[in-house]
Amino acid sequence: MKPRHKRLAMIAGGLAALGAAAAFVLAAFRENLVFFFTPTQVEAKEVPQGRAFRIGGLVVPGSVKRQADGVTVQFVVTDTARNVPVVYKGILPDLFREGKGVVTQGKLGGDGVFYASEVLAKHDENYMPPAAADAIKQAQSINEKATHTLVERK
Amino acid sequence: MIPEIGQLALALALSLALAQSLLGLLGAARGEFVWMSATRPAARGQFVFVAFAFGCLTYSFIANDFTVAYVASNSNSALPLPYRVAGVWGGHEGSMLLWVLMLSVWTFAVTLFSRHLPQEMVARVLGVMGLVSVGFLLFILFTSNPFLRLFPAPPDGRDLNPLLQDPGMVLHPPMLYMGYVGFSIAFAFAVAALLSGRLDAAWARWSRPWTTAAWCFLTVGIALGSGWAYYELGWGGWWFWDPVENASFMPWLTGTALIHSLAVTEKRGAFRSWTVLLAILAFALSLLGTFLVRSGVLTSVHAFATDPTRGIFILALLALVIGGSLLLYVWRAPKIGLGGGFEPLSRESMLLANNVMFASAAGSVLLGTLYPLALDASGLGKISVGPPYFDTVFFPLMAPALFLMGVGPLARWKKASLPDLAARLRWALAASLLAALVLPFAMGRWGAAVALGLMLATWVAASGFVQLYEKVRNASGGASAWARLSSVPRATYGMLLAHFGVAVFVVGVTMVKGYESEKDVRMEPGDTVEAGGYTFRFDGVRDVKGPNYVAGRARIPVTRNGKLVTTLYPEKRIYTVQNMPMTEAAIDPGFTRDLYVSLGDAVSDSAWVVRVYHKPFVDWIWGGCLIMALGGALAASDRRYRLAAQRAPEQYAVAAAR
Repeated sequence: MKPRHKRLAMIAGGLAALGAAAAFVLAAFRENLVFFFTPTQVEAKEVPQGRAFRIGGLVVPGSVKRQADGVTVQFVVTDTARNVPVVYKGILPDLFREGKGVVTQGKLGGDGVFYASEVLAKHDENYMPPAAADAIKQAQSINEKATHTLVERK
Repeated sequence: MIPEIGQLALALALSLALAQSLLGLLGAARGEFVWMSATRPAARGQFVFVAFAFGCLTYSFIANDFTVAYVASNSNSALPLPYRVAGVWGGHEGSMLLWVLMLSVWTFAVTLFSRHLPQEMVARVLGVMGLVSVGFLLFILFTSNPFLRLFPAPPDGRDLNPLLQDPGMVLHPPMLYMGYVGFSIAFAFAVAALLSGRLDAAWARWSRPWTTAAWCFLTVGIALGSGWAYYELGWGGWWFWDPVENASFMPWLTGTALIHSLAVTEKRGAFRSWTVLLAILAFALSLLGTFLVRSGVLTSVHAFATDPTRGIFILALLALVIGGSLLLYVWRAPKIGLGGGFEPLSRESMLLANNVMFASAAGSVLLGTLYPLALDASGLGKISVGPPYFDTVFFPLMAPALFLMGVGPLARWKKASLPDLAARLRWALAASLLAALVLPFAMGRWGAAVALGLMLATWVAASGFVQLYEKVRNASGGASAWARLSSVPRATYGMLLAHFGVAVFVVGVTMVKGYESEKDVRMEPGDTVEAGGYTFRFDGVRDVKGPNYVAGRARIPVTRNGKLVTTLYPEKRIYTVQNMPMTEAAIDPGFTRDLYVSLGDAVSDSAWVVRVYHKPFVDWIWGGCLIMALGGALAASDRRYRLAAQRAPEQYAVAAAR
């Protein structure tokens, strides 16, 4: 092989390796994307079955209950329009509070309960997770539209 | 008065930075000797004024001057003195000032250690660094001024974020920024070389020690951050693939690739354009990292909208630095020319493979960090990319890199022979296979992932010893073993040590992933729980009071086979100023394991949820990083670079004359 051919072959090999790496990375990326849904979307069954996703909203005041083992916690997440019951086993983050914003990741069970593997609450008293704020805003704008249509019909 | 003086000093630093960049770049372009020789004093003056401004801000913190808005929102009179000093870089404005301070420190260092470089080169390098400094100083003065006053002044400050009140956090940002900003030197050298059109081995030799030094700081900075997350966040994890962490990891990956490709450029003259591109990218990612973390984009992409000037300034600065240097690259790179050729099996090809893997890794982190942000910013939906993605991607990319780490340093330049390499490495191979078979049993359970991890770690370590043995055997230092040992260049020892650090790191990661145990339990006083062969007894919680917090402190004696090992005191703190709860984990560190306890919530008057971990070999993770950094420091301090710098001007003159 001439040196020029050799160099070409090596460049082709390098590009092929890069292409393979890129294809692999993109496949892994698609496989592991976690989508975000609002409680309204959960109730409307727009969520994937058997795949992990995130929901966000407010923790309904008075809804946090500990089971007998002391480490399993139940609570309800709301976007002010719809509620989703959540079960989580483990220690909650320091800033998890009733009435405050929360984002949680997990899977939806057949019983309509969201089994969380992770609960996130950010480290700032006044901070609302953007995803949670978004969910509430969406739900409220739907509510507003609904009341508007009612008013117009009258 | 002091804050105003600080602001004035910053303005003066800005004018000196402007002079430094214009005199340097124009002087070099027009061959004006006097202009070029003025860049050094200008750079030193800039350093003095920036350091003075930084001192002024620090003074305001120490003196509890809450008329300064930045001090009021990041400090409190009850805050202990060391944290008041650390508070200087506890927020956005001060961090930017720290960044500029680091830049001027590095620039000052360049003025000290560049006496033997051609004047034109020094002028251009200082000119480029001056330009970067101008951008940042403008940014600080116009959008993020830390010296702004607050009227009326509050009686007390809002306190430093309790998460940052920790010795690790005091050191982490300066180290990280030393690393980030250090890459500006490699960047400046690359741009200077593109401007002059001369990219030769001498250029690579000049940038090598600087790049390696910056990489060391970055490595230590990342390790400190990871260690901080481990003991401060109370979750027992050491890496979360959080965007904040990824922001510092991308420049590290690119910088690692750069160090290796610089070696090829220096020794063989090959990969020149690629090396220049990497130098530009490493600094670009450092800038991106600084802004991702500090601008608040990560907590919410809409943070940009609340302060549009800041956001637009950042985007403009990024576009100018990255876009400008890439344009220059596109314009000049075709003139760089190719270096020496090499065979598909050679040290060059293996280093090329290293570069491909590290660049892919950096690309995959970039994708996983920026894609969710871009999607959110354009209103297309909210997604998140978690650890599973990064774990899936990283193992297949890094495993071959670890394998090559054993082979590469033994392979000849230009053309290597497979049978020869196999013969030299047969003992290393045998050792690593043996480790894969036996070591997991010693830990109690054999698993494929653990075996593979330990095999790779042993492979890296054992082949390192083969390399050391061969170097010493072939060394020409005379008969005595000591003379031979000391005749091997320091840079080689540095490389061997850094690679050994990687092996230590891999052991730590493998062991923690494979054998850690975690228990979350509800405990009444007197209850016990077992993890990793240790028994933890909960003796209840009592109240304690700190300088600026109140806490419940648990007492947990740990026993093994009935013998007391240690007593741990985890705390649940409430920082009173911001009313923020914090979990303060208690850790008993050890060479082969950490015992880790953190408190959850109180379930009743006396019972608490307690989280208990047994983490085998976890400290090897940070130990490995420190060894890597130490190796880097050893390599960067090699005499060869200083000698080469003395010889270089003549070579350079010859090259220019040709």
